[in-house]
Amino acid sequence: MFKNITIGQHYPIESFIHDLDPRVKIVITFLFIISLFVVNHFAAYLFVILFLSTVVILSKVPFLMVLKGLKPILIIIIITFLINVFMTSGEVIFSLGPLDITKEGLRQAGFMGLRLILLIMGTSMLTLTTSPILLTDGIESLLNPYKKIGLPAHELAMMMTIALRFIPTLMEETEKIMKAQKARGADFESGNIFKRAKSLVPLLVPLFVSAFRRADDLAMAMEARCYRGGENRTRMRQLGITKKDIYAGIFTLIYLGIVIYSRFYW
Amino acid sequence: MSIKIENLTFKYSEGTQFETKALDNINMEIKKGEFIGIIGHTGSGKSTLIQHFNGLMKPEEGDVIVEGKSLKNKKTKLKLIRQTVGLVFQYPEYQLFEETVYQDVAYGPKNLELDEKEIKKRVKYALELVGFDYEEIKDRSPFDLSGGQKRRAAIAGVLAMKPEYLVLDEPTAGLDPAGRNEILGQIEKLHKKSKITVILVSHSMEDIARLVKYIYVLNKGKLHMEGTPKEIYSQSEELKRIGLGVPQIVDIMKELKEKGFEVNTNIFNIQDAKNEILKVIRSNENV
Repeated sequence: MFKNITIGQHYPIESFIHDLDPRVKIVITFLFIISLFVVNHFAAYLFVILFLSTVVILSKVPFLMVLKGLKPILIIIIITFLINVFMTSGEVIFSLGPLDITKEGLRQAGFMGLRLILLIMGTSMLTLTTSPILLTDGIESLLNPYKKIGLPAHELAMMMTIALRFIPTLMEETEKIMKAQKARGADFESGNIFKRAKSLVPLLVPLFVSAFRRADDLAMAMEARCYRGGENRTRMRQLGITKKDIYAGIFTLIYLGIVIYSRFYW
Repeated sequence: MSIKIENLTFKYSEGTQFETKALDNINMEIKKGEFIGIIGHTGSGKSTLIQHFNGLMKPEEGDVIVEGKSLKNKKTKLKLIRQTVGLVFQYPEYQLFEETVYQDVAYGPKNLELDEKEIKKRVKYALELVGFDYEEIKDRSPFDLSGGQKRRAAIAGVLAMKPEYLVLDEPTAGLDPAGRNEILGQIEKLHKKSKITVILVSHSMEDIARLVKYIYVLNKGKLHMEGTPKEIYSQSEELKRIGLGVPQIVDIMKELKEKGFEVNTNIFNIQDAKNEILKVIRSNENV
């Protein structure tokens, strides 16, 4: 049952995009998200789609894999679309009982739907091409300047790394406990919502107990290896900007320039 | 009546390049009242096999027939199968969740929708079967017990469902020698007292040798050998080849024989070995 979870899944191959510095990729993703909200007419979306497809092609990640990321939020996209279609006032084209479909509504809905889809695809490109460890390294490095105002950048990054590291472990644990309780006649699948929620207690209690035990063990093992937080810590993989990063940066800036131009001068 | 495994094959990641056969054409029949051992080292398919015994995994190729009911048949009630075949997983203490030992052991019978009186009877029965004093243990928190006690409480949780077959996956893993003896002793008593069929799964020859009457050896998903402990241990070279050993005592007796002592090599436990060695020494003295 846990085999189809793809959120944050890394697709480990070699490509131009995979080789980029994680910090550069995070910043580009951020700029891409901003650009999505700058765009204000359909024609300009062409540039967004062009930019995103260039990234997808360069990354060599199968397009189906990128689409898979949309699955979990499909319902949100549909709801957003429907709300926008029915709730925007304007020139009525079609009436469905008490609900009016307006021209503005359709436009707004198409806009929102497209924006959401591109947003998810863009951000999943980041996680598909960057291993979780590199991602947290990048975040830590980007947050470093804020240490001066008391932001625990290293601790945050470490917490993220550990959380990511334990997702598969806890999944496995969940499956094991589920099987053990099923062997004692547990039924997780049938009954109404309250019955089902209640049936999760025999699963969640052992899961929490074991998560705390693991946390304890891990803290102990880290201390035994003299872990003392971020001060004076060196790393095995040094992050570094290469020519590729510069090209990617220039490409993104050109794209951003076009999108901003399209908003104000078209 | 029996658990019958017919041509059972199970593949992981079927159709991809990672396809591996976890089980490869397994045939066996476990009759009621037996005490059998399934042995094989890590990754030999033991755990996959036993999950087929109670329908946690459905047979994809081949069939599993529990008490005449095929698991392939959609009409077969899985709840009934799981009640008939009790499965105790590795580290069963990690499944404990209730506030008191009583409530935890009662979880299984409650799922069977029995009435309060019957549940109480079964909890008492199960806790006493694993060697607890019912009155003393029932209101304690399962999380306050020692490692060996926790494990016994978890085993009681399965026994309270009154299974006719009890499958134990590595019941002594992670226990110290005292805890180990405690668990194995209880299992032996259990088998004698309640006539329950026991299937002991392990990678440790020492544990298996002490108790079981018939052994299945799994290697890379295949049933590699089967037979009585005597038959299995006489092929010690073959066992070593597939990464398993024989109990230390079997090795010792064999070496004594090679050194010229006329000992019987069909001995699997320390008590018998001691008697045998004493016997040989005394007869040598007499000469």
